[in-house]
Amino acid sequence: MSETSAAPLVSIEGLKMYFPIHAGLFRRHVGDIKAVDDISLEIFEGETLGLVGESGCGKSTVGRATLRLYDITAGSITIDGTNTSKINQADLRRFRPRMQMIFQDPQGSLNPRMNVADIVGEPLDEHMSLSREERLARIHELLDAVGLNRSFANRYPHEFSGGQRQRIGIARALALNPKFIVCDEPISALDVSIQAQVVNLLEDLQKKFGLTYLFISHDLSMVHHIADRVAVMYLGKIVELASRDQLFNSPLHPYTQALLSAVPEPNPARQNTRVHIVLKGDVPSPSSPPVGCNFCTRCPKAIDICHHVEPATIEIEPGRFAACHLLESTTKVA
Amino acid sequence: MPENRPAVLDVKNIETVFNTRRGTIHAVNSVSFSLQPGELLGVVGESGSGKSVTMMSLIGLLPTPPARVTGGYVKFDNIDLLKADAQQLRAVRGAKIGFIFQDPMTSLNPVLTIGFQLMEPLRTHMGMKKAAAKKRAVELLDLVGMPDAERRLSDFPHQFSGGMRQRVVIAMALACDPKVLIADEPTTALDVTIQAQILELVKDLRRKLGMAIIWITHDLGVVAGIADRVMVMYGGQIVEQAPVRELFENPQHPYTRALIETVPDIGAERPERLRTVEGQPSILYARPSACSFRTRCAHAFERCNRENPALLVTEKAHHVACFWDSATGEPRNV
Repeated sequence: MSETSAAPLVSIEGLKMYFPIHAGLFRRHVGDIKAVDDISLEIFEGETLGLVGESGCGKSTVGRATLRLYDITAGSITIDGTNTSKINQADLRRFRPRMQMIFQDPQGSLNPRMNVADIVGEPLDEHMSLSREERLARIHELLDAVGLNRSFANRYPHEFSGGQRQRIGIARALALNPKFIVCDEPISALDVSIQAQVVNLLEDLQKKFGLTYLFISHDLSMVHHIADRVAVMYLGKIVELASRDQLFNSPLHPYTQALLSAVPEPNPARQNTRVHIVLKGDVPSPSSPPVGCNFCTRCPKAIDICHHVEPATIEIEPGRFAACHLLESTTKVA
Repeated sequence: MPENRPAVLDVKNIETVFNTRRGTIHAVNSVSFSLQPGELLGVVGESGSGKSVTMMSLIGLLPTPPARVTGGYVKFDNIDLLKADAQQLRAVRGAKIGFIFQDPMTSLNPVLTIGFQLMEPLRTHMGMKKAAAKKRAVELLDLVGMPDAERRLSDFPHQFSGGMRQRVVIAMALACDPKVLIADEPTTALDVTIQAQILELVKDLRRKLGMAIIWITHDLGVVAGIADRVMVMYGGQIVEQAPVRELFENPQHPYTRALIETVPDIGAERPERLRTVEGQPSILYARPSACSFRTRCAHAFERCNRENPALLVTEKAHHVACFWDSATGEPRNV
């Protein structure tokens, strides 16, 4: 893989994002929701890193924190050579054009009172000083890039279908020629046949503009299609990170194994040969994660040590990481 | 299994329209099907294909106006549900026909305890006294795998996780031993691992209780795993219907084929690009006089613009509504 030689475009180290819980008469700080608890990862230029996990595992928070939409609790984020973790929000504006976001709900992320030209043109107004003709030309260029008809520029979001709205959101994200885009569940609100259209569009744009994606999704089959490497999150931590083929062909962490076995098999002939691991119970609350391994309450393979000691992330093979006590012992033996 | 036993539910030529400001929308166009005792019928299609509206039409759950069921009959328990008066319908709904909706939060009342909500159908439909109803409610929660059922009766919906809420909704639908259970995308709002739990639960409940189930979904993977027979809908019509294995091994309608192809399969080789169905479903302002799928169909020819194909039996138990013969790749001579 060429990734190892290339420098990472985005590198996140020890990222923590805690949301404080206030309670009582004086709104005292009584605890934290540890949405993201000490994660590190690198995203290389031109690649797509898939980030998967169940609702509430903190995957969207990672995306938002990476773009510094939050003031992070701890850790450092370096994007394109700039350490953005300590810059205050006002000064961050200068860096915003390089990093953009595509949101899940194309209905909620577009202002219903603005027409398409204004939505797509807003980043241009904010960050560039273009003449009216230049601005319009750029808007048309962007609409062409995402496969929307130029004549739609004066229409309003409600006049579009879900897939078209998502295209408007993508055009807005592309407006300032970003290098890095966080795609936060960009297809989960869309119909299956439309999902494929949007995923193909994202791939085309990546090739055309050399974009780097952090693709957040709970849909493992789409991540399998689009991602080069995949990180699996559980309760605020990354439990496994590997290249797509490694992760899908031979998942190491028990949670990854369970997650993959839960994906519905669209082939009834293969249905019976599949091993189903059905996890018991729900994800624990991130305000009081279990002692030891976060996954120990639901893990079918948990042993004694899992309930006491938190597993460290170890590199099993070059570029392949997992955090599980069971893997520690096997590597020691080997 | 589809044999010659009397059907529990027999639907013939049902038609539903919505009166809107822009005109009348023909949402369901002459849909006929029957449901065998103990059978699980999967209903698949995109949003707007009419799958939910069809099922809601059956038991008068659509708001009238704007919706109006203009034709057909629904035979259940020797009465025509479409002609039944409000009182007769009330005796059927929630008792003999149970309904599970997509989002468990909106189908539960947030200000009532789940105990009260579970006991309500038992007291109104079965005439149970409070103590008996409570005992039955605990049994039902046990049945759907709710831990510590008795204590949780006094909890409110917000105190449950999404998966647990859906279990409560399933328990409510099962309360009066329905003959038919209509499940409208019951796992779409849930995470994959929770979805896997619910699917296992439904398989298990079917074995124990033996009711017939109509399972509406847009996820072919889910259908492949649980259905006996699958009905594919497009433009308010059934375009294909077959036993589940037959449908996946030998899909005949171009729409079904496209649906199967657009879902990325993590068990198979990763394609360079995802197959898509270009365009979007059209809105039916008139009863379709031609094939509704023709504008998105790769095999459409002149006849598809002129006539609306009827469902015809191609093989044993395999029905398809298409003028193009997938076996020969030529137009059909019928």
